[in-house]
Amino acid sequence: MTTIVTDAGFAADDWNRGYAKPNAAANDALALHLEPDTDPDQVPLSPGLEMIRVNFPSFSDGRGFSIARQLRLRGFAGRLRACGHVLADQYAMARRSGFDEVEIDDDLAARQPEDQWLARANWRDHDYQSRLRG
Amino acid sequence: MYVYSEFDNAFLAERNAQFRAQVERRVSGALTEDEFKPLRLMNGVYLQLHAYMLRVAIPYGTLNSAQMRKLAELADRWDKGYGHFTTRQNIQYNWPKLTDIPDMLDSLAEVGLHAIQTSGNTIRNVTADHFAGAAADEIADPRPVAELIRQWSTDHPEFQFLGRKFKIGVTGSANDRAVIKAHDIGLRILERDGETGFQVVIGGGLGRTPMIGKVLRDFLPRADLLPYLEAALSVYNLLGRRDNKYKARIKITVHEHGIDAIRDRVETLFERLRTTFVGLDQARLDDIEAAFAPPALRGASVAAFETACKTDPVFRSWADTNLAEHRDPDHAIVSISLKAHGATPGDASSEQMRVMADLAERFGYNELRISHEQNVILPHVHKSDLPALHAALKAAGLATANIGLISDIIACPGMDYCALATARSIPIAQEIATRFDELKIENDIGPLKIKISGCINACGHHHVGHIGILGLDRAGVENYQITLGGDATQDAVIGERAGPGFSADEIVPAIERLVQAYLDLRTEPAETFLQTYRRTGLAPFKSALYPEARAHAA
Ligand code: SF4
Repeated sequence: MTTIVTDAGFAADDWNRGYAKPNAAANDALALHLEPDTDPDQVPLSPGLEMIRVNFPSFSDGRGFSIARQLRLRGFAGRLRACGHVLADQYAMARRSGFDEVEIDDDLAARQPEDQWLARANWRDHDYQSRLRG
Repeated sequence: MYVYSEFDNAFLAERNAQFRAQVERRVSGALTEDEFKPLRLMNGVYLQLHAYMLRVAIPYGTLNSAQMRKLAELADRWDKGYGHFTTRQNIQYNWPKLTDIPDMLDSLAEVGLHAIQTSGNTIRNVTADHFAGAAADEIADPRPVAELIRQWSTDHPEFQFLGRKFKIGVTGSANDRAVIKAHDIGLRILERDGETGFQVVIGGGLGRTPMIGKVLRDFLPRADLLPYLEAALSVYNLLGRRDNKYKARIKITVHEHGIDAIRDRVETLFERLRTTFVGLDQARLDDIEAAFAPPALRGASVAAFETACKTDPVFRSWADTNLAEHRDPDHAIVSISLKAHGATPGDASSEQMRVMADLAERFGYNELRISHEQNVILPHVHKSDLPALHAALKAAGLATANIGLISDIIACPGMDYCALATARSIPIAQEIATRFDELKIENDIGPLKIKISGCINACGHHHVGHIGILGLDRAGVENYQITLGGDATQDAVIGERAGPGFSADEIVPAIERLVQAYLDLRTEPAETFLQTYRRTGLAPFKSALYPEARAHAA
């Protein structure tokens, strides 16, 4: 079981249509799963693509934040999910980088319960970036 | 000087509250030590040999008197009554308790100081020329740009978990006093056809693979700075190696991919990012610049200064070494040496900090600077005030006249504090300074920069010392390797290794032989150690260092 974290707190996963790998055959995929060594420029963004999930194998590997940012810069407007070892303390970073939500396993959800994530649901506040760019 | 806005203060308060909660969650077990570590690091908290260490940022090296007094207060309330100024314009407290640190951070916030991003794999606190805003040779004050970069890089969501730390340095002068070529990104403000911009240098760094930075962009218009930096960081975040900590700095990324390939990627992403900035950053920069407007310098006769130079030889010798040229001829830039012979380089007691804060208020328009050379600067002092200032410094044990001389040594904390050290560095610095003070030849030797690191990480910048000393561990015994001919300025050069290392007992005599060789070799007293070295090369210095080898060859 996994938990999905959004600004509203914990919820069950409502995505049950699977993920494809971002290779040539994924041109008309509905959803993609990316590893952190993916070059975001090479990800096929077809019109039917609804969801991209980016894996964080370790919380200390911050490549996923740049991947999210660059996918948004390329115009991807669908659902963007971070999954894996993401800490509650990183929730604001994930949201500010362009992720909509975070997928964590039950262990992590038990150790870092909902209130620790909700504490960062105010990620729009105290944000230097929003003061520097349009 | 820039004063924290309501936004900055609210940000700091929020951030400190978050850290307080993180400390509590660590204690409760919600965070593992592994998970807590990067969080405490990005708030400046290290675990050292004996205790936690708190590293507080001195933003681009600039402080006002109230902030300096706060640093003294922290030393008294939560530490052992002193602090250590580092080569990256920080101050370190070596003995705080973890549970006290949230209170220390709240206390710092009262004067707009913090410890954010002074460590960890993130964009570190930005450093700048310590003569910024005062130097005669300056094109523009680098601090407004440094403050803009602080705001942009603070809590930047993309760059809190980089592959490795990332250091940015800025200079506004062609004479580089900020060692920008040894930074991950170095910026030099310049003017071209009436337009202000930057030369962007990338991939410099010392450490186990020392490299001089390469030019990424010859001229970057001022308004493009943030999107360009963001592009460079984003490219590094995705391309930098994560398989090997020792190959994770951007200097290796640049080395492995080549500067041209890196440039192509950065330029492509830059074009895309540029549109996300619509001028708010430039408006903010204008505000910051207004806040850094220079103080209204007073006009008065400088006769008192001239008289003191003629009548007081102690004052005269201090003035000769510790003053630098101010853009206003009636003012001077004063360096206060934290390198009294035999003292720990960069350490200041709370009492000394208070004295310096008072003197800045009385004579220095309320401004102080911390240099990467671990000294304190009063950037604007009217020359007529110098005799009184000197007398006050003397009374506080702060009038050592050795700026730029052989005893003005940069030394990292080494084995006395640092968990990574392979040898002591502070005692070596103390012994060298004491020895040359005894010999009374310091002034005769003239400009000579010795830099000492206690391990290969090179926090003491030994690669760019005219004489560099690297302390290693050879089968449990300290061994000191010498490099020669390094240079930290705009002509940055990595020093050459002189040969086999020396034991702790041998290193000071070895330095003495080197200096004696220089005195014998120089064509005239005006030829500096570095100039002589460049003229003669390594050979004569090598034979002075290793007389036995010479005897064998004969
Ligand atoms: S050079 Fe080594 S010993 Fe010195 S402070 Fe840096 S890590 Fe510690």
